[in-house]
Amino acid sequence: MSRAKADEDDYWNSSKFTLAFTFDEEDDDYTRLKESKKAVNSISALADEDDDDDDVEKVSWSGEPVGSISWSVKETASKLRPAGDSRELGFPKISASPSLPKNNSVYSLSSLFKGTAQYSTLDTPARHYAPELRKPKCEYKDYISNWSPQETILKMQQGKVVSLERFQSLQDKMLLLDKAVDGHDGNIITAVEVLFRELVGRETALRHYIHYLKESGEQKVLLDLFRSELLQYKHHLTITDENKRRDFLKTCLGLPFSPEDSLHVQDHYTLLERQIIIEENDKQVERTGQSDVFKRFPRKASILNMPLITTLYYSCFYHYSEPEGTYSSPANIRRTFKLAEKQYFLTALAARAKLKAWTDVDSLFTTRNWLGFTKKKSPVAFQRVLDILHKNNAPVQVLEVYVNLLEDLELKINMAHKFKCHDVIINTYRDTKDKKQLLGYQKKFDMSSAEHKKIADVLNNSVRNTHTLHIRYRHTQSLYSKAYTLTIGCSADLSRQFKTV
Amino acid sequence: MSPHATRRVFTSKGQTDGCSPPLSLIPMAQSIRRDSPELPDFSLLKRLARDQLIYLLEQLPGRKDLFIDADLMSPLDRIANVSTLKQHEVDKLYKVEYKPIVSTSDQLCFLIRPRLQSVKWICDVVNADKAAGKFRRYKLIFTPQKFYACENVLEEQGIFGDVTTDEWGFHLLPLDDDIISLELPEFFRDYFLDGNQRWVRTAGCVLHLLHSLYGPFSKVYGIGRCSKMAYESWREQVEEGEQKGRDGEIGSVFLFDRDVDYVTPMCSQVVYEGLVDDIFRIKCGCVEFGPEVTSSDKSLKVMLNSQDKVFNQIRNEHFSNVFGFLSQKAKNLQTAYDKRCGMDIKQIKTFVSEELKGLKQEHRLLSLHIGASESMMKKKTKQEFQELLKTEHSLLEGFDIRECITFIEEHINRQCSMIESLRLLCLLSLTENGLLSKDYKSMKAQYLQSYGVDHLPTFANLKQLGILVEQPTGETLTAMENKVGKLVNDRAAGKLTDAFSSLAKKSHFRALSRRLNLVPKSDEEYDLRVPKDMAYIFSGAYVPLSCKLIEQVLERDGWTGLEEVTRLLNGQEFAASGCSEADGKARSDTQRTILVMFLGGCTFSEISALRFLGKEKGYKFIIVTTAITNSARLIEALLDNRA
Repeated sequence: MSRAKADEDDYWNSSKFTLAFTFDEEDDDYTRLKESKKAVNSISALADEDDDDDDVEKVSWSGEPVGSISWSVKETASKLRPAGDSRELGFPKISASPSLPKNNSVYSLSSLFKGTAQYSTLDTPARHYAPELRKPKCEYKDYISNWSPQETILKMQQGKVVSLERFQSLQDKMLLLDKAVDGHDGNIITAVEVLFRELVGRETALRHYIHYLKESGEQKVLLDLFRSELLQYKHHLTITDENKRRDFLKTCLGLPFSPEDSLHVQDHYTLLERQIIIEENDKQVERTGQSDVFKRFPRKASILNMPLITTLYYSCFYHYSEPEGTYSSPANIRRTFKLAEKQYFLTALAARAKLKAWTDVDSLFTTRNWLGFTKKKSPVAFQRVLDILHKNNAPVQVLEVYVNLLEDLELKINMAHKFKCHDVIINTYRDTKDKKQLLGYQKKFDMSSAEHKKIADVLNNSVRNTHTLHIRYRHTQSLYSKAYTLTIGCSADLSRQFKTV
Repeated sequence: MSPHATRRVFTSKGQTDGCSPPLSLIPMAQSIRRDSPELPDFSLLKRLARDQLIYLLEQLPGRKDLFIDADLMSPLDRIANVSTLKQHEVDKLYKVEYKPIVSTSDQLCFLIRPRLQSVKWICDVVNADKAAGKFRRYKLIFTPQKFYACENVLEEQGIFGDVTTDEWGFHLLPLDDDIISLELPEFFRDYFLDGNQRWVRTAGCVLHLLHSLYGPFSKVYGIGRCSKMAYESWREQVEEGEQKGRDGEIGSVFLFDRDVDYVTPMCSQVVYEGLVDDIFRIKCGCVEFGPEVTSSDKSLKVMLNSQDKVFNQIRNEHFSNVFGFLSQKAKNLQTAYDKRCGMDIKQIKTFVSEELKGLKQEHRLLSLHIGASESMMKKKTKQEFQELLKTEHSLLEGFDIRECITFIEEHINRQCSMIESLRLLCLLSLTENGLLSKDYKSMKAQYLQSYGVDHLPTFANLKQLGILVEQPTGETLTAMENKVGKLVNDRAAGKLTDAFSSLAKKSHFRALSRRLNLVPKSDEEYDLRVPKDMAYIFSGAYVPLSCKLIEQVLERDGWTGLEEVTRLLNGQEFAASGCSEADGKARSDTQRTILVMFLGGCTFSEISALRFLGKEKGYKFIIVTTAITNSARLIEALLDNRA
C-alpha cells in the first residue's frame, strides 16, 4: 500500500469518526451507544465501500450544502444507472397494485399525467435510509425546494423536511398525491392530504382522509362529506340523557338506511321509548314498596339502553303476569317486536327458573290439544332446557320431569346420572330389563334408603303394572326419532354427494 | 407433494449420522431434531432498541418525568427496567391516561405511539402549563415512527415550537426464541378495515431491519396486497449492493396477509399455548394467572416462553395430552425428591446444592401449569364447549349446517358470550361462502335483539371485511364458484374500480379445502398423541389454511401448481429470488431457516402448526407478526358499538 493511499485511508477513517460525532455530540453518548453500534457495524462491514459513501453523505444532512461533491457524485451515479439494474440486486420489483395493467386502470392515476413523464421515469433510490439504523431519523435537516413529486415523496419517507409550497396547482397536487399513494406509505399519504386539505377523488387517499378525520374526532366533517347514516346513528352513543337519546334516535329514522337496518333502528327507538316509560314506573313501584317481587329482588341496574332480550327477561322477571295491554308485559314486548317463539321461550324460561317459579316453568311447556289432553312441548331440545334449569339450581323433582322427556336413551341415562334423578335411572333400567345395572346401582345406596328399597321392589316384582303407560310414551318417541334419523340420513347423503362433486 | 424437500433433508442427515432412523419414523415428541438449524440470536434487537432509547433520553439531559403509553409499558418492560431508566435521570414514571397531570418536574418526556389522541392530550398539557405560567421542557418520543398527522396536530394546537419530537425505532420485540412481534395490534383494523396504509412502511422497515441484521434473504414469497406493498417498501429502502458475499442467517421469507385466511383464527384453540391465550390472554409473552390457578389468594404474572422448561414441553401439545404429561412429570419429580430418603449427610449436601434448586423450580412451574390446566379443564369440559367444538368441526367439514345454525341461534337467543356468537356467525359465513339471505337477515336481527341494536355498525364492518356476508340470492355453490372464476378474470381486466371492493374479499373455503385437503376424512381415527399432520392443532379436524399454503409454497419452491388455489384466494401472490450467488450455499442450514411474517396478526395455534411442520421437514420457522391474535381479539377489533 502506498503512503499516499494509507494517508487517504487515515483521512477517511478519521472522517468517519468525527462524522459520528456530528450526531453524537457528547462523548458519553458515544460510549453508551458503542454496544449497539458494534452490532450495527457488523452489518455495514459487509457493505464495503458503500458504507463510506453513507458517512460522506451525512455531510449533507449535517449542514453542508447539498451541492457537495460526494452528494452530487452519488446523485449522478444513481441517475446514470440503467433501468434493468435491479436484477443485479437480486430481488425484483413487483407491483403491489391489483394485478392489472397500470395504464388502462382507473386505479393508477399517474397515467393521467403522462405529459409530465420526466417525473415518473426519474428513479431515485432511497439510499439514505440505512444509516438511520444508527441514529434517530429526525435529525436530518435537508431543505431542497425543487424536488420532483417522486423525490419529494422519497424525502418525506426519509423524514426530511420538504417544502410542499410549490405544489400549488391542482394538477401538481394530484400528481404528488398519486406518488404518495404509489409509495404505499400511509403516513405520507395523510401528510400530503392534510397539507392540502383538499379532497380528491382517489380511493386510497380518500380512505386515509376518512381515517384522519375519524381519528381527530371531526365527525361533523365526515357526516357532511359522506352522509354516512351509520356514523350518524352511532352518534347516539355519546348522548347520556335518555330522553335526548330517544329524540336523537327519532331523527335517525329518516336516514337512508337499507330497509332491514331501518327496521332495526325503528325498533331501537321504540325500545328506548318503552324502556323510559317502564323505568319511570318501576322506580316508583320500587320506592313505594308496592310490589313484592321488587322487594325480594331489588333491581341491580336500570333497564335503560339494555338490549331487547334483556328487556324481555326483565319483564318476565318483574312483570310476568301483567295483561298484554301494558308496555311492560312480556306478551306486549313479544308482539311489538315480533319475537320468535324460541327467543321468547328461552328468555321466559331463564327468568322464571331464576325466580324458581317452577309452576310457571311447567306451564311454559304444556300445550293442550283440542281433545283436552295436555302434552309437553318445547321449541328447543329438552337437553338445553335441562341445562338452563340446572344452572338455576332446579330441584331434582323438576329436573326429573324433563329428563324423562329425553328421547335418546343413552343421553337420558347420562343426564339422569348427572342430575341424580334416581327414579329415572331405576325406571329406565327396569324398562330395559337391565338387571346387572340395577344391581350395580343399588350398591350405591344405603340399605335403608328409599332408592335401595325401590330397586329391590323392582327386582322382586313384575314390571307389568307400569308398563302400559310407557308403551304409549315410547310409541310417540320412536315416531319422533324415526323422523330424526331420516333427516340425518338425508343430510349425510347430501354431504356425501357433495364430497364427490 | 414434492418428495424432494424430505429426501434432501434425509440424505444430508444420512451423511452426518448413518444410524438415525428414516425421517418418518422419528417420533414427533422429540423436541429438537438435528435437522432443524439453530435460530439466529434475536436478543440483538432488544439491545438495539434499548440503546436507542437511552440515547434519546440523553437528548433531554437532567431529571425528567416519563409518561408512557399504556400499550407500550409491557414491551418496554421486556427490553429495559426501571433502573435503566433511573440511570438516565428519569425521575417518575406515569402512564398516559388522558387526564391532567400532577408532575412537578420541569422536564416531561412522553413515550407514545403515533396517535392523534395522545398528541392532542399532550397539547392540552402544554397549553394548560402555558395558561398557568409554568415553564417546562417537553419531549415527544414516537415509536416506532412519527406520523406527519401528529406534527400537524402540534402545529394546529400552536405548540409546534414548544416541544421537541423524536422517533424511537423500536420496531421488533422478540417474544421468544422464534417469535418476534411488532406489538401493533391496530395494524389489523387500520389496514384491513379502514384501508389505512400508514403501517405498510413500518412493515417494510421491519423487513429492512431483519435483512440488514440477519440477511441476505435468498427468496421472498408472499400472498396478499399488503405483503406486496411491504415487499416493495422494503426494496425501496434497501441500499444497493449491500448484500455482497455475506452469509445470512435467514433463508427464505414468507409474507402473509391475514385476510388470506380468516378461517383459522376464528377457530377455538385447543393446543395448550393457544388455549391459555384464549382463556387467560397472553399479553406480550406474559400471562396473569388468577387465584383459581395459583390456588392462593393472589394472582401471579408468569412469563411464558421457552425458558419455562415445563411450558416448553407442553405448549405445542393438544390439550388432551397435557394432563397425562404433567402427571407423569409430577411423578418423576416425586421420585427425584424421594431420593433424599436413603442419603447420608454428604449426599444430601450435594443434593441440596446441585439438584434441589432445579427441582424446586420445576416444582413451582409444574404446579402452576397443573393449576392452569385444571382451571381450563373446568371451563372446557363443560357440555357447552363440547357442543361448540362439534359445531365448529361441522362447519369446517360442511356437514349438518342446519344443525349448526340452530346451535348458533340458540347461543344468541340465550345471550351467551357476544364475541363467541359473532365468531360462530363469521365462521359460518366464511366456510359457507356467505349466509343465505333469509338466514343472514334473521341471524342479524336476533343478534341485535340479544346484544343491542348498537351493533349495527359492527355488522357493517364485518360485511366490509367480507367475513360475515349475505350470499347473493338464488345461486348454488357450484354456480357461485364458476361465477367467481369469471369475476377474478374480470377484475384482472381492469374492472376493479374501487379499493373498497378489493378489501371485501370473498371466501371460497369449500373449494380451497378440497384442493388442499384441509379437512381430513372424519371416519379415520386421528391419534392426537402421535400427530400425522398439522391438523392435530384442531383435534385432527382441520389443517390451517395459512400454514398449508406456506408448506406447499416451500415444497414447490414457488406458486407453480397452485394456480387454482391462488385464483380462489383472489391472487396477489408473488415470489422473488435474491442474488444467484447464494446458490452455492443453498444447502446450508440457512436455507432451511424460514421467516414467516404475518401482516395483521397470527395465532399461537398457527405457530404450533409451523413448529410441527418445521420438525417434520427439517425447517426452522421464525414467526414475525404485527401482533399475536386470536378470534376474540380479531372480533373485538371490529366491534363498533361504543362511542
